[in-house]
Amino acid sequence: MSENPLAFMMGGSPSDQIVPPKGNATWLTGTASGAMAFIAVFALTLSLALGHLADYWSLDLAQSATVQIVAEGEALDLQTEAALQVLRTTPGVASAEIISDASQIELLTPWLGEGISTDTLPLPRLINVQIADTGLDGESLLLRLKAEAPDASYNDHSFWRAPILEASNRLRLMVAVSLGLTALITVIIVVLSANTALASNQGIIRTLRLLGARDSYIAQAFVRRITLRATFGAGVGMILALIAVLFFPSQPQTSGLLSGLELRGLDWVYPLVVPVLVGISAFVASRMAAHYHLRREI
Amino acid sequence: MILLNNAGFSYGPRAILENVNQELAAGSFHFLTGPSGAGKTTFLKMCYLSLMPDSGSLKIFDQEVSELSREQITQMRRRVGVVHQDCQFLNHLTVRQNIALPLLVAGKNIEDSMENIEDLLAWVDMGDRADAFPEELSGGERQRLALARAVIMDPEMIVADEPTGNVDWEMGQRLLTLLVELNKMGKTILLATHDLNLIRSIKGRVPAKVLRLKGGNLSLAGAQL
Repeated sequence: MSENPLAFMMGGSPSDQIVPPKGNATWLTGTASGAMAFIAVFALTLSLALGHLADYWSLDLAQSATVQIVAEGEALDLQTEAALQVLRTTPGVASAEIISDASQIELLTPWLGEGISTDTLPLPRLINVQIADTGLDGESLLLRLKAEAPDASYNDHSFWRAPILEASNRLRLMVAVSLGLTALITVIIVVLSANTALASNQGIIRTLRLLGARDSYIAQAFVRRITLRATFGAGVGMILALIAVLFFPSQPQTSGLLSGLELRGLDWVYPLVVPVLVGISAFVASRMAAHYHLRREI
Repeated sequence: MILLNNAGFSYGPRAILENVNQELAAGSFHFLTGPSGAGKTTFLKMCYLSLMPDSGSLKIFDQEVSELSREQITQMRRRVGVVHQDCQFLNHLTVRQNIALPLLVAGKNIEDSMENIEDLLAWVDMGDRADAFPEELSGGERQRLALARAVIMDPEMIVADEPTGNVDWEMGQRLLTLLVELNKMGKTILLATHDLNLIRSIKGRVPAKVLRLKGGNLSLAGAQL
């Protein structure tokens, strides 16, 4: 077997001539590798895009908080003013603004329907807090709020962020399992096609043995062909998958759940690894299959 | 060259060869005869290391074959040229490429051997068929191509399994003449055939012996031809 993998891939090995150029096994290898690479690139892209989406949602929620004051009459206004004072003097708070009743009704309309009246539905006073990049000391803020506005509560949105992060991590795990299964299926297909190629060329192998060919020489002819077909097929599959990725929804300009499924910057490099990995897997798997097959006979 | 000592071979429960004792000296010419199914091909396969005896001893080139590594078997096969009745060519390669195949698998430079290949093509009278493919050849041409391929590596022994089985008398004689020439050059020849006329026709050309295989036993038949 060639010691230099690059020479193995690039060089026109003399052993190339001994295997007939046509065969179902090579066609099968190329097509199956292409399909597997398409799935792998798609899964990889989905994983990366989900990561970005989760980061986006998590970051968005982490940089805001809500103060809620449940009181009535004059107490509500006094505690609101006190809470705003506390917030505006707290390091790490970028801004603190009261969410108007109109805005609250607008947010509730999709859930409760039109015609909501503050006369029939008492609304708490909500203050939207934007947190600076430096972050803030939530516990200290809570203590000060309790002292100045006893009916105020502070929500840093961690309740919402946790399930998003958990869902994101689970999806990534599923994608990793999918990639692993795809790799396993690719290896199985390569081994099967290597065995098919060897079996369908048994006459040639027998002749080569009688002429004094080493196992490594015979194997090289089959391994090189299968590896090149698998790599080429995977390359085509990767390109098709990347074209499909271009049609993903792009920037998360809306708050839709699937917005922002796209590759960014260096993300585009990762799919390029797939054909290389398929090629390496095909080389190792077909080499092992060929040597196992050839060693069964003298 | 080849020494068998109580060698035997079985396909499952069926014994093909039993307690075969025979020596084929270097430079000798042997015919191997026997009825169909007697085990001629099995015997030849043991001689060109495609099968190993499952009992007794077989020495080729003074080496016990059961003690050989895979690499040593490969090296030893290069010292034996084989001509099959069905030839076993690579049909997607031309006549010239098929002749060069043993050089290719041995890692030799084909360019350096081109003159040798052309000489061999001329020797088997196939210079004008060098670029043809095996499936385009007649039976006689295929056998001559097989012989040319068998000798390209300058082997010490030629093993031929019914090479004249599918050709007419004249072509059989041409092939025999080529084998006689090789024997005169010092090559050991082992030729399996059931054509007694072919065997008789060698009389007076080279000293040859006839081995008869029957019932799993090998014996020397009659006097030297």
